[in-house]
Amino acid sequence: MLAKRIIPCLDIKNGRTVKGINFENIRDAGDPVELAIAYSEKGADELVFLDITATIEKRKTFSKLVTRIAKQINIPFTVGGGIGSIEDASKLLNAGADKISINSAAVNDPELIKKLANKFGNQCIVLAIDTKFENNDWFVYANGGKLKTGVKTIDWAKQAVAHGAGEILLTSMNNDGTKNGFAVDITKRISEAVNVPVIASGGAGTREHFKDVFIDGKADAALAASIFHFEEIEIYSLKKYLKQNKIEIRL
Amino acid sequence: MKVVIIDYKAGNIQSVKFALERIGIYATVTDNISEIISADKVILPGVGEASYAMTALKGKKLDNVIPSLTQPVMGICLGMQLLCKYSEEGDTNCLGIFEQVAKLFPATKLKVPQIGWNTITNLKTNLFKNIKENDYQYLVHSYYVELSNYTIAKTNYVIDYSSALQKNNFYGVQFHPEKSGLAGQIILENFIKL
Repeated sequence: MLAKRIIPCLDIKNGRTVKGINFENIRDAGDPVELAIAYSEKGADELVFLDITATIEKRKTFSKLVTRIAKQINIPFTVGGGIGSIEDASKLLNAGADKISINSAAVNDPELIKKLANKFGNQCIVLAIDTKFENNDWFVYANGGKLKTGVKTIDWAKQAVAHGAGEILLTSMNNDGTKNGFAVDITKRISEAVNVPVIASGGAGTREHFKDVFIDGKADAALAASIFHFEEIEIYSLKKYLKQNKIEIRL
Repeated sequence: MKVVIIDYKAGNIQSVKFALERIGIYATVTDNISEIISADKVILPGVGEASYAMTALKGKKLDNVIPSLTQPVMGICLGMQLLCKYSEEGDTNCLGIFEQVAKLFPATKLKVPQIGWNTITNLKTNLFKNIKENDYQYLVHSYYVELSNYTIAKTNYVIDYSSALQKNNFYGVQFHPEKSGLAGQIILENFIKL
């Protein structure tokens, strides 16, 4: 049976791992390659690296980092952050990334998803959605959570999948950094509305939160950052706990 | 030992190259026909879309070269599907080494693509030497190849399908050994030793 995935996420700025708390107050959590190796040895099923470096010049650093990571780890990883074209995607996939994640560029130009899916296959196109609950519904935000789009998250997820997104990485801005649990409701709604895997992100604080988002939220994978970086939750014991709770897990 | 990874631009070749380096094999990434023919082992990697990939192979005249190879050849993921006769992805005629076709997973409650770690069973041939039944391998795919006499590993997702194929010197694996931790590394080592 296909196993549920546990995915540590590393936000990268200028070649270092950082983690925003509610997208602010960035803290340094170490060297990405060191962390990547440690995670793959501890049983992470996959890794995500998000480049939050602003300038094009610095992005070259990221592509070199992608190659360093690819050389050293033997599990899959996704890279994202500022991918806006076929060329950007191609560069990162050729550097050794397995999948690319796109966010704001796809919001601005949904056709980009089609172009990427046609060229690389939809299975390596991850659509990242930053979502916020307000006025009784979940809406899409772009530009690192700064731009309110007014588009309902459920509608965007469906449209993106119709365009060829192979996976959805759903981050709840309300939950991110709180450690109060994942946004189980919207994760479940999206997971039931689309026929591609959904990675739940934002809010993990305890092992129970992972269990809840897999069972109640119907997530296919769960992503977290700071709790792993600061070793508040150990991946192997988390996976053992989930397996004991009858969740299909690779141990 | 000369190992060649076929360069057809559409594939994610780096990760295969790096995985081989981790076991001490420095492969040549090339689309040069004489280099491919003279290699001891040939790998056809794959992340990509079938029709795009076949167009790239044809553009390099590799669609005639690959089926004529006599040394061990391994297609990975899309690479395995390209070794088949046809893929529903992009309505694509492929290389035709295996008579089977790659079909889209039928719509069910399960999601497509399958992404993640799944188990491999009914393991046959030395490709799986020292690999345990039900070991996990990493898979990312929307299209599958059905079971046949060529099946050397089986996986269940929606249905039982071929997660590995073999015919004469041709091997295909639907999973990504280069991304499947230690178990994947052993499979790559086994291929190199064939």
